[in-house]
Amino acid sequence: MIRTDAHLDPELFGTEVERKPTRDGFGHGVVEAGKTDKNIVVLCADLKESTRAEWFEKEFPERYVEVGVAEQNLATLAAGFAAAGKIPFIASYACFSPGRNYEQIRTTIALNNRSVKVMGMHAGVSVGPDGATHQMLEDIALMRALPRMTVIVPADAEEARKAVVAAAQIPGPVYIRFSRAATPVFTTTKTPFSVGTALTLWESTKPEVALIAAGALVHEALLAARLLDAEGIGTVVMNLHTVKPLDEEALVRAAKHIGRVVTIEEHQAAGGVGSAVAECLARRFPVPMRFVAVHDRFGESGEPAELIAHFGLDAEAIVRAARELSEL
Amino acid sequence: MALTDEEVKNLECRAQDIRATIITMLVAAGSGHTAGPLGMADIFAAFYFHILNHDPKNPEWEERDRLILSNGHITPVRYAAMAHVGYFPVEECLTLRKFGSRLQGHPERERLPGVETTSGPLGSGLSQAAGLAYAFRMDSRRERVYCFMSDGEQDAGNTWEGAMFAGKNKLHNLTAIIDRNNIQINGMTEDVMPLESLRAKYEAFNWHVLEINGHDIPAVVAAVEEAKSVYEKPTVIIAHTIPGKGVPEIEFDYHWHGKPPSKEEAARFLKGIRTCGGRVAGEYS
Repeated sequence: MIRTDAHLDPELFGTEVERKPTRDGFGHGVVEAGKTDKNIVVLCADLKESTRAEWFEKEFPERYVEVGVAEQNLATLAAGFAAAGKIPFIASYACFSPGRNYEQIRTTIALNNRSVKVMGMHAGVSVGPDGATHQMLEDIALMRALPRMTVIVPADAEEARKAVVAAAQIPGPVYIRFSRAATPVFTTTKTPFSVGTALTLWESTKPEVALIAAGALVHEALLAARLLDAEGIGTVVMNLHTVKPLDEEALVRAAKHIGRVVTIEEHQAAGGVGSAVAECLARRFPVPMRFVAVHDRFGESGEPAELIAHFGLDAEAIVRAARELSEL
Repeated sequence: MALTDEEVKNLECRAQDIRATIITMLVAAGSGHTAGPLGMADIFAAFYFHILNHDPKNPEWEERDRLILSNGHITPVRYAAMAHVGYFPVEECLTLRKFGSRLQGHPERERLPGVETTSGPLGSGLSQAAGLAYAFRMDSRRERVYCFMSDGEQDAGNTWEGAMFAGKNKLHNLTAIIDRNNIQINGMTEDVMPLESLRAKYEAFNWHVLEINGHDIPAVVAAVEEAKSVYEKPTVIIAHTIPGKGVPEIEFDYHWHGKPPSKEEAARFLKGIRTCGGRVAGEYS
């Protein structure tokens, strides 16, 4: 059952549910944050339309800085802006930022402890036709390995908006991961969001498997939960939007009470959300796990939905993983 | 305003003090870079003892000029200059590179107040300086931003990304100084990856370019004054320096880029620095 305290859109399983890319949440969130804090600036590496940075530029042209196709410069300039007391949000595709400029983020932002917000757009295979070069699948691993970095993977555009507003308030560096494809906006303004706190969205009467997901695939996890319920396999669906700091207590509680865990993410299995969960549970309460993720492969061109299915990331794949676990 | 002869002499003495401390600290550390720090001693003396608007007793003073050291590996010269000007006791220099020290092998901002950026990985200082300068201009702040770079890190793409941004945005409150000592780890810069013409490159990126003898302290001061008077562009001062300057037996030798002197070498080097190459009698003769 959907948890009523999650205040999700009642249409979330219907065709009427609104669909928007999570990157829209960056555009809305950064304008909202910019209205209350004049120190917020946005730097963009020649991708202002697709990253939605131009929504901020339209509102605050004097606080928008164009960097050109230069992601190393994007990160290092931002470190300088932060040194002057600004709160820079840097926007590009995740392949390039934090992909290309990893060392600059490591040294001049994380080690240097500057309050720069790295906005990684177009993550995951759901980027679609652009193909593997532009489908970032390793960014969570890169960012969560960095000391001081907060890592957030919002589940829809509304949660992304909240994450951006929250990031502006966090004193240190933050990474937020966004996707390109329009996906269901199933959370609402009333859905609780607090950085570092996982949120349970679905809870069957007798849960046997915990589905722990991050990003737009949280919606696929909810679809899977409904399918599994019809099969008589109870689940809990947890939205683990904050990958770092990890909500360890919520994970341990789920492991103790439910005993089986499937993690779900549009990222390599190596180093991603599943790894983070496994690192925690291996230490505190080991339980059988399955990892719905991309397994040591690059993406390819195609439509978002067919790629999500092809790489085994859709509701069907989640159902299979949960079924396999429930039979143990 | 031009320096008086006495001021010049005083700054030259400060540079020699800095050199002596560099040698002492490198020997104590047992690792680190020798040539670059010695070559930049005159420029650091000029900045910390004359050019910079700063307060050693209040390193976080908001209106201070910002000195971004991009090539963090020459940090012994910065530590020595900071110690001599009063940021911390000179004796602390002996903790360089030791466990628990504020004087990390490459400088870390959060460990030592007065260090503006954590640096070492080459090529990322100019962009940070440009970001600072741009942000200061947004807020009509008058602090100036200086960025010290090596010539070797002109190989790095990030350097030119920063140069392009600063040129486009006419960041006149930014002055860069390139330590043009012609060496890098693998050899002479023109053999490893030719840089010339550096002047033409920066001019093409819309910078005002000055070239000076980096050991001529009045020339350093005059070049920085000229940079302040240029309102249409950022300025880069290409400072021609001698790696290992002050210790004739290692000058110009790229093998001294990344190693410290031994105890015996250090005693000899210090004697040379303190006796003006044997021309002055004193405690070291």
